[in-house]
Amino acid sequence: MALLELHDLSVRFATNDGEVQAVNEVSLSIDAGETLGIVGESGSGKSQLSFAVMGLLARNGRASGRVVFDGQDILNARAKVLNHIRAEKIAMIFQDPMTSLNPYMRVADQMAEVLMLHKGMGKRQAVAEAVQMLDAVRIPDAKGRVRLYPHEFSGGMRQRVMIAMALLCRPQLLIADEPTTALDVTVQAQIMTLLADLQREFGMAMVLITHDLGVVAGSCERVAVMYGGRIRETGPVGPLFHDPAHPYTQGLLAAIPRIDQQGDTLSVIPGAPPNMTHPPAGCAFEPRCPYRRADCASLRPPLEDFAPARARACFAPLADVRAHRHNARLDDLETGTRAPSRDEPVPRAALAGAGMAGTPSKVDE
Amino acid sequence: MFAYIMRRLAVAIPTLLLLIVFSFVLMHMAPGGPFTQERALPPQVIANLNAKYGLDQPLWRQIASYLWGIVANFDFGPSFVYPDRTVNQLIAAGFPVTLTYGTLSFIAAVVVGVGLGVVAAIWHNGFLDYLAVGISIGAQVLPNFVMAPILVLVFTLWYRMLPGGGWSFEDPSYWIMPVIALGTSYMASIARITRSSMLEVLGSNHIRTARAKGMPEHRVILRHALKPALLPVISYLGPVFVSMITGSVVIDVYFSTGGIGKAFVDSALNRDYAVMMGVTILVGALTILFNLVVDILYAWIDPKIRY
Repeated sequence: MALLELHDLSVRFATNDGEVQAVNEVSLSIDAGETLGIVGESGSGKSQLSFAVMGLLARNGRASGRVVFDGQDILNARAKVLNHIRAEKIAMIFQDPMTSLNPYMRVADQMAEVLMLHKGMGKRQAVAEAVQMLDAVRIPDAKGRVRLYPHEFSGGMRQRVMIAMALLCRPQLLIADEPTTALDVTVQAQIMTLLADLQREFGMAMVLITHDLGVVAGSCERVAVMYGGRIRETGPVGPLFHDPAHPYTQGLLAAIPRIDQQGDTLSVIPGAPPNMTHPPAGCAFEPRCPYRRADCASLRPPLEDFAPARARACFAPLADVRAHRHNARLDDLETGTRAPSRDEPVPRAALAGAGMAGTPSKVDE
Repeated sequence: MFAYIMRRLAVAIPTLLLLIVFSFVLMHMAPGGPFTQERALPPQVIANLNAKYGLDQPLWRQIASYLWGIVANFDFGPSFVYPDRTVNQLIAAGFPVTLTYGTLSFIAAVVVGVGLGVVAAIWHNGFLDYLAVGISIGAQVLPNFVMAPILVLVFTLWYRMLPGGGWSFEDPSYWIMPVIALGTSYMASIARITRSSMLEVLGSNHIRTARAKGMPEHRVILRHALKPALLPVISYLGPVFVSMITGSVVIDVYFSTGGIGKAFVDSALNRDYAVMMGVTILVGALTILFNLVVDILYAWIDPKIRY
């Protein structure tokens, strides 16, 4: 049985400009111990999806559908129920470690209160446990530093504190919402390695939300690509990267700058993401799609399985999408650049740190 | 921290000095004087009075001897209008009164104002929010010179529960109406500042983290949100506390409390130079002191602020 299942999860925000349809009928499942990457550009709904699971939506947000964790429907559950799941069963770390820790409290106090609340520990024991966890996330001199305030840590160290705080109760699932976006590239790699190590050590499942395809390639088993609040393609990470079956996934992968790239123009996906206050009636990617057909503007493609463990939401015949990619490869060969072949591992070095085309700003939501 | 406080106190001395010189000069520049009356006194009498109080000296000499009196003997001089009383005596009589009702009023305004503000922010756009905002707008648009007669009308004339004026340190029933009349509009401002600041804090990332940790909402508010939400309130409270404890002429006149608020305004009207200077220095010194207190409170709440 899956650890976490989302059934037709939708998130709506009431704003002065009308209703924003941030997430639309998303269904997903995560098994115990598994790592799922959710990829998408800013505004694709990936963060709101995770907030909805945790019951952390902003006041004007409404979630519908079902979120089943360990057999229990927790979507819109009462605060009492949710407070027993948050941190204890599902923990979350956020994009910006600078502001996500409480700047007015010592690290010891913010960490200890989790254990005092959920495990009924005394202050002294809770702080000792917190120090151990800070050791586990490889913060040097944890015993001394636990008495410091967050602003006395560097960005990477703060994210380590966040991670340590999230893991205090040994949760079964960790939701990491762009954990490395606000960090230096070198620190990003350290944090991702740390997360992978801790995940193995604690045997927990992880949902990694990111717009960084390099991060996904390096650490996830399965990927869900989101666009316009919907899942466009899902599949195991290797096949999805080598053989993208959705035009958007293909565009994303093509937009990653490569070290051996010739010429000075970078590949981009033309156009801009849809306005989710007035989403298009058909496929939200249609205006930017090189394969668009007559029906695409009026009909919405359903997410359908096309191979074992793989699904996509697109009307364009799979052969066309694949053929285009094949042609692109031939073009590459003619201009002397080399595209990865299917048998090669995902080129991590080329992907690492690559941002995503069409990402208008770092600000999410 | 200690060095910082010492430094700030050292800076306070030249600040006060500047304040004294400026007010002294401005006061003397204004037309008229303490002995100007509708029926003019004979010139010889005026000259004698001026000589007695040193007003015939050049201005710099007057300032110098005034300052010397303060530094050497803590003597703020005699009142020009009440010849048998010194400024020290006048302030000693009036200040305890305003200090008492001002402090009580301040405490009431902070407790009620912060409470209303927090309640409004928690139930943002709900019934309690509208109620709290309504109360604070109502309190804001009722100035104390409207509030005071209404209170007297209701509690003294209709219900005969409270004395309509006067002051007694023994009987708290004299304190109630001055406290309410003075504090209402401050309470309203505090409520509105608290509300908007609390709303901002509740939307911040570290509050989301606190919720993600499974903290019950009341602990999120009390442990994580209240402290940062109070920062803007505290910076407002420093000057407010000073103006409250140095009294209000409206309160002193309506309730005949005999505080220094009325003494100050009377001294300005009568050109009672010494009393005016005395009260100005008192207010100035208290303002400097409480700005320092605010800065210390800031450092205590926000660990990022270190002096």
